[in-house]
Amino acid sequence: MQAYLARRVLLLVPTLLGVTLVTFLMLRLAPGDPVAIMLGEFASGERVRQLREELGLDRPVVVQYLRFAERAVRGDLGTSIRSRRAVADEIADRFPSTLTLTVAAITLAICVGVPIGIVAATTKRPSVDSAAMAFALLGLSMPTFWSGLLLILLFSLRLGWLPISEAEGVRGLVLPAVALAAPASAVLARITRSSMLEVLRHEYVRTARSKGLAERLVVYRHALRNALIPVLTIVGLQFGSQLAGAVIVESVFARPGLGRLAVSAILARDFPMVQGIVLVVACMYVFVNLMVDAAYAALDPRIRYR
Amino acid sequence: MSTVVAPLRTRDLLLRRLRRRPVVAGALAVLAAFVVLAVAAPAVAPYDPYTLIPGGTLRPPSLENPFGTDELGRDIASRVIFGSRISLQVGFITVGIALVAGTLVGLLAGYYGGRLDSALMAVMEVLLAFPQILLALAILAMLGPSLYNAMIAVGISGIPVYARTARGVTLGLKGMDYLEAARALGAADRRVVLRHVLPNMIPPIIVLATAGMGISLLVAAGLSYLGLGAQPPLPEWGAMLSEARGYLRNAWWMATFPGLAIMVLVLSFNICGDWLRDVLDPRLRT
Repeated sequence: MQAYLARRVLLLVPTLLGVTLVTFLMLRLAPGDPVAIMLGEFASGERVRQLREELGLDRPVVVQYLRFAERAVRGDLGTSIRSRRAVADEIADRFPSTLTLTVAAITLAICVGVPIGIVAATTKRPSVDSAAMAFALLGLSMPTFWSGLLLILLFSLRLGWLPISEAEGVRGLVLPAVALAAPASAVLARITRSSMLEVLRHEYVRTARSKGLAERLVVYRHALRNALIPVLTIVGLQFGSQLAGAVIVESVFARPGLGRLAVSAILARDFPMVQGIVLVVACMYVFVNLMVDAAYAALDPRIRYR
Repeated sequence: MSTVVAPLRTRDLLLRRLRRRPVVAGALAVLAAFVVLAVAAPAVAPYDPYTLIPGGTLRPPSLENPFGTDELGRDIASRVIFGSRISLQVGFITVGIALVAGTLVGLLAGYYGGRLDSALMAVMEVLLAFPQILLALAILAMLGPSLYNAMIAVGISGIPVYARTARGVTLGLKGMDYLEAARALGAADRRVVLRHVLPNMIPPIIVLATAGMGISLLVAAGLSYLGLGAQPPLPEWGAMLSEARGYLRNAWWMATFPGLAIMVLVLSFNICGDWLRDVLDPRLRT
């Protein structure tokens, strides 16, 4: 187990190097002179020189990258062109809101998607299975910015049950979390169903049935544990998509999170800010997947010995 | 004379199964309808998508304007119809970029192996370390916001998935005798790849591309919703919804119909994608 984890952590090094390299190259590969793009055509020569120096553009590319990576490791993501504040501070301000939304959405997606998948896989009635899978297809096909607008139309404006924006704490979290959770719950329902069907074909399930166990015990005690293992991997992957998908939902519900910060930074061509956000979210995604792999190994001995 | 049962050709197989799946047939019909709408938009749409109807702002749906009018008095039904042109283009171009580049990378990596394989797949692994929307956002930040750049960004962010599949198929075939035989007969690499490897790749790639259509459309429309893709006054569905957000209180129709169009189009692609996967590639079944 420890050896497996050690190897897995070691594999993080090249991935994180790659992630920082890609983020670094964003500025370098942008067509045209990044400083001119950021400052606009009419910036003074003095300001251009200053920014060039600040970004280290006057040095060799390798030195630039090493400096970028070394600073990033220390948590220094540079200074926002627009606000002149430290990028890391701005991200730290906005991060909790995005994390709350993401965690709420993924929790909701698990609570809805997994039971739907189990029911679809174990029901004796084909119509129930079809209905569950139709629901999942709809969830996959609805753009979150549209379902978000519809939720606002119905629950905030028509019925007046829930507020539109996040001003009211938990109540303001409900609609954005539902909008963000819909596609993830659809994915989880589909994976849970296929994984459950797969597991139910196994010999040990037949054994459990033939020794006279109640179907409920067979499904929930014996089959479910194994069926959930692939589901866990997808939860990890979905967490990353949710973190990125929050960009859209935040802008529908006017939540001041990382996503809205990213969009305004892209529009303002505030490269250090965009780089900082991309780096933080990508690292977050990489680490969540590491945690999922660790949990996976803890649950499934077959993986540890591979 | 012995009776030889001819193996079913893929086309016949598809048609035969289609008859038993009315939902899939319906989805295909919807896709065909969208293509017709897109091609014949100027003839089908009741109004010009950019023309302001005098005194006709924020009209609710009626016989005259079936989807109502927007804040500037443009006919929403006409804009949705013209929007199908943009969306289908976006879908085909983004998936085209991802498919061609990804398949090429996967083929090269799988066929030649060694250092080239390690290098190419290392790049793909790094790209996969970013969630797709984030990668698209990062590329878009680099190129600057526009519909054209959004298509490039979404296309590039889709490459790794195809590369992985193409590489997997190539590696699986590499040990096969008939491939060795072709090479022993002196076939050049290019011929082996084009005649013997590529055809095997078509089914899984078609499955990926059909399902990828839905995702690409959603991500691209999302970028336009954020104001990073199609810019007003283009009748792009995501951008239209973004404009609608300011009029939720008094014009529900502005926020309803463009979104419905996206959902129906994506749903149709997803239904076809699921079905093609069942038919062409039972191993990938979920």
